[in-house]
Amino acid sequence: MIAFQNVAYGYGGAELLSDVSLRLAPGSFHFLTGPSGSGKSTFLKLCYAELLPTQGEVMLFDRDVRSLSRDDVALTRRRLGVVHQDCQFLDHLPIAANVALPMAVAGYPDQPQDLSDLLAWVGLGQHANVLPPSLSGGERQRAALARAVITAPDVILADEPTGNVDWEMSLRLLTLLVELNKMGKTILVATHDMNLIRSAKAQVATRVLRIRDRRIQLAGADL
Amino acid sequence: MKIAQFTDILKGDAQADSVVPSTGHSAWLTLFTAGAMTFLAVFALALSLASGRLANRWSDALANTATIRIAASGDQMEAQTLRVLDILKATPGVASSRALTDDEQKALLAPWFGPDLPLDQLPIPRLIELTEADPGYDAEGLRQRLVAEAPGASLDDHTRWRKPLAEAAQKLRLLGIVSIVLILGAMAAMITLAASAALEANAQIIKVLRLVGARDTYIARAFVRRFTLRALIGAAIGAAAAMTGIALLPSADAAGGFLTGLGFQGAGWILPLLLPPLAALIAFAATRRAAFSKLRTLT
Repeated sequence: MIAFQNVAYGYGGAELLSDVSLRLAPGSFHFLTGPSGSGKSTFLKLCYAELLPTQGEVMLFDRDVRSLSRDDVALTRRRLGVVHQDCQFLDHLPIAANVALPMAVAGYPDQPQDLSDLLAWVGLGQHANVLPPSLSGGERQRAALARAVITAPDVILADEPTGNVDWEMSLRLLTLLVELNKMGKTILVATHDMNLIRSAKAQVATRVLRIRDRRIQLAGADL
Repeated sequence: MKIAQFTDILKGDAQADSVVPSTGHSAWLTLFTAGAMTFLAVFALALSLASGRLANRWSDALANTATIRIAASGDQMEAQTLRVLDILKATPGVASSRALTDDEQKALLAPWFGPDLPLDQLPIPRLIELTEADPGYDAEGLRQRLVAEAPGASLDDHTRWRKPLAEAAQKLRLLGIVSIVLILGAMAAMITLAASAALEANAQIIKVLRLVGARDTYIARAFVRRFTLRALIGAAIGAAAAMTGIALLPSADAAGGFLTGLGFQGAGWILPLLLPPLAALIAFAATRRAAFSKLRTLT
């Protein structure tokens, strides 16, 4: 699915990630941890080709990201569901249209039948016609997660998806990710929340990656 | 750029259109620019067409006539006039000829000397007007014959008047065409700027669309269609206003000359109707180019 080979990335000459080699196998569930500013978001951006490595090779679905055209990048992203830390939406469209946006850009003109079920599942059943600026931080994160999974993508990349939600909602979102993983989807979640990781480990086989000294290692019991 | 792409743009896709907010100053800017520029283009077109008609009219009118001026003393004037008229009757290519009457000569001189000119007391040359047949006469041969048989007569075939007038009218027509090209070019530039500003203002939306897998074509289409339709509507309003203004101008007559002949005539009224689709086509190309150029700078 996603493979890094001796990848490095730096901003303005300073290297943030160095010599990263790993492979996210189909159907795997990974957590990515590390201190703030360690490069978790950068790593995720490399995974969906928003950034290109300054060194090494990133393969997405067996294709080198450097060889992808702009259209190829767009088509590749349709196989990825991304939840951003800052959860950006089209603020002039209601939540239902925002959540269904990946379907629309992929050429499905009508909103999917189970959209209301999905919104209800993430606790936004009553907010389908609400504009994004009216939502709280937690609601925005839930909407972003719903948008990321609506096309049942092969891989889901989530950057702190439970950062602004309460524990109960965190568990619900985790359950959704676990269910998707059981369906064969590959999951990568960047998080600080160790309780979330422990809960996940109780439900599904996960691996925890830690960014340390610009490198990515298996963490804790996974070492 | 294919015609099918252009027609697809006009047919539209409501869902794709909705991803870009419809408000913003670029909407009014495009509408106003297209309207104002098309308004000016219609007038430039009318000027160009009127200049063309004027050039043809002047050329035709002056090309078919010539004047013979006879300068002779009082007792010789009548004899020379008759002699010249005889020569003209015998000259191939001259359809008709006649001497201007005293009243006609007075009318010609009235603007400079007033209506009460004592023509019989002044050494005013006699003028003979000749009308050319098709094919015309040999001007140089006629000139030599006049020198030999009527020494006081000289031929003015209007060349020295006709040429600068026709050239001026042709240049005016060219100026009109250049004006239309410049106006349309300025419209393309302004719409490009408006489209670039709109894309810049919606960078956040573009980022979200790219994140969820939208291709550049999908994103560009939403902007291109909006700008194309705005340009079409603005240009239609501008063209309608200008055509109404031109239709309300006084009708052409001989006294009014160029200014009252500024309107369109006959099939000429179809030409300004072509400007709104042309404006839409220009907006389509300009916005498409601006959109893809801008999108290439975004990840």
